Amino acid sequence: MDKIVVPKPRNLRRNAVVLSVVFLIVGSAVFAGFNPIEIIENFSKGKRLLGRMFLPPDWSYSAKVISPLLETIRMAIVGTFWGALTALPVAVLAAGNFLKNPWISKPVRLILNVFRTIPAMVLASLFVAVYGIGPFSGVVALSIFTFGLISKLTYESIEAIDFGQVEALMSLGADKPNILRYAIMPQILPQFMSYTLYGFEVNVRAAAVLGYVGAGGIGQTFEHNLAWRNFDRVGVIIVISFVVVLIIDFVSSHIRKRLV
Amino acid sequence: MIEFTGVSKVYPNGTRALNDINLKIEEGEFVAVIGLSGAGKSTLLRLINQLIPATSGTVTFDGTDVTSAGGKELRNIRRQIGMIFQGFNIVKRASVLTNVLSGRVAYHPTWKTILGLFPEEDKQIAYRALQRVDILEKVHSRASDLSGGQQQRVAIARALAQEPRLMLADEPVASLDPITTIQVMDYLKKINEEDGITTIANLHHVDLALKYSSRVVGVREGKIVYDVKIKDIDKKTFLADLEKVYGRAIHHDEMLGEG
Ligand SMILES: Nc1ncnc2c1ncn2[C@@H]1O[C@H](COP(=O)(O)OP(=O)(O)O)[C@@H](O)[C@H]1O
Ligand SMILES: [Mg+2]
Repeated sequence: MDKIVVPKPRNLRRNAVVLSVVFLIVGSAVFAGFNPIEIIENFSKGKRLLGRMFLPPDWSYSAKVISPLLETIRMAIVGTFWGALTALPVAVLAAGNFLKNPWISKPVRLILNVFRTIPAMVLASLFVAVYGIGPFSGVVALSIFTFGLISKLTYESIEAIDFGQVEALMSLGADKPNILRYAIMPQILPQFMSYTLYGFEVNVRAAAVLGYVGAGGIGQTFEHNLAWRNFDRVGVIIVISFVVVLIIDFVSSHIRKRLV
Repeated sequence: MIEFTGVSKVYPNGTRALNDINLKIEEGEFVAVIGLSGAGKSTLLRLINQLIPATSGTVTFDGTDVTSAGGKELRNIRRQIGMIFQGFNIVKRASVLTNVLSGRVAYHPTWKTILGLFPEEDKQIAYRALQRVDILEKVHSRASDLSGGQQQRVAIARALAQEPRLMLADEPVASLDPITTIQVMDYLKKINEEDGITTIANLHHVDLALKYSSRVVGVREGKIVYDVKIKDIDKKTFLADLEKVYGRAIHHDEMLGEG
């Protein structure tokens, strides 16, 4: 039998992509002065610090961690609530398939994209400057951050709905509010609730660090102890926060899986 | 009841779906619209309730020009026109009752229906509609839990709840198996005969058209090329006439094979 000869696949494009990605990573590392050897050189220093934090942590401090941690969770809850509540109507305006008016959906989307590019930390520092140090600034920052996150995800969900159900409601004489109520909401509500829970997960983590810029919560306690070099207390804060975030993530993602 | 006068439809992408259609449909008729896929059947139907706007010409419903109607006037016309679809288009995540009640939204102030405040009388209308299609026992089920045939019956009940004068059916049985197909067509026929609701149905199967309709309209490339009352159909020339509609001899799969 003759041997079948197949031409080699032309992987020019793929090779080009791989090459440029490698180039970008290496280039960025050099530019940022990142050097793996430095990590190893500083390893003993890190090891000493870890030892002071965790061997052992100052467990007697645990009770003092609870209250700011609860504040962090409260901040996340309130921030998620307001963010999600405002995100829903704005997502409806941003969706191109509901009002079918690009003069509304396009500008709204543009504004949403701007919102989304601002990290929660930046928002928090901004609001600390406006409203002063404390959890209120953190809540405002988280609300806006959540708003940006959830409105985007939700309007994309609205644009992906089964439009046949909308057409059916149109065909029987429903006006826009009724179409929203009877054809769109039933389709996106489970997803919206899932995004809200996801927002809450993200917010708990964000709220935990926001205190670093003075926006309340456990981050403020963390920053305070670090400044005083109470490393064994810092260790306790890290351990307890880690466990709480883990539990919240676990429960929340479990509920999310059952929603959609 | 329905009159198309010089109606053309060109889609935004330039597709000319209908070309100078003139068609008159009388009260109480059961019109079957047949034709190849892409002939313009759906377009024809969707012009009647203005799910799509006409490019030129007028469509009237009981003498009212629907092509120039908008807002409240259009919604008042639409609530008299039930529509059922190939994909059922019921709200899967809602209960059967909510689906059927939604057929009543155009009869009440928006704030009431948004809050789900339907009068008791509407619930009776909904129950009766469900009874008509023998699915009242599913009234509290979630729509997504029903089979295809059951979902289509809920869709018919929703349209009935509108207390419509006209029923549009766009390939109502194309996603159903042969047995449920007969069931659904039987319901449509019964509603047409007992309530006198004028019915226009796009059908893929020629023998369904023959069995259920009172008039067959053939569409080809955006034009009406065949239009005969069932009682006037000439059996000898029928197959040849169908070739005018399909541009070729009828395929086996265009017959359901029920005889
Ligand atoms: N929304 C649309 N945009 C552009 N072209 C369309 C659209 N809907 C239908 N068409 C085209 O119009 C023609 C008629 O379509 P349609 O009325 O759906 O035919 P049928 O229902 O007989 O299969 C087809 O060529 C189809 O591709
Ligand atoms: Mg069609």
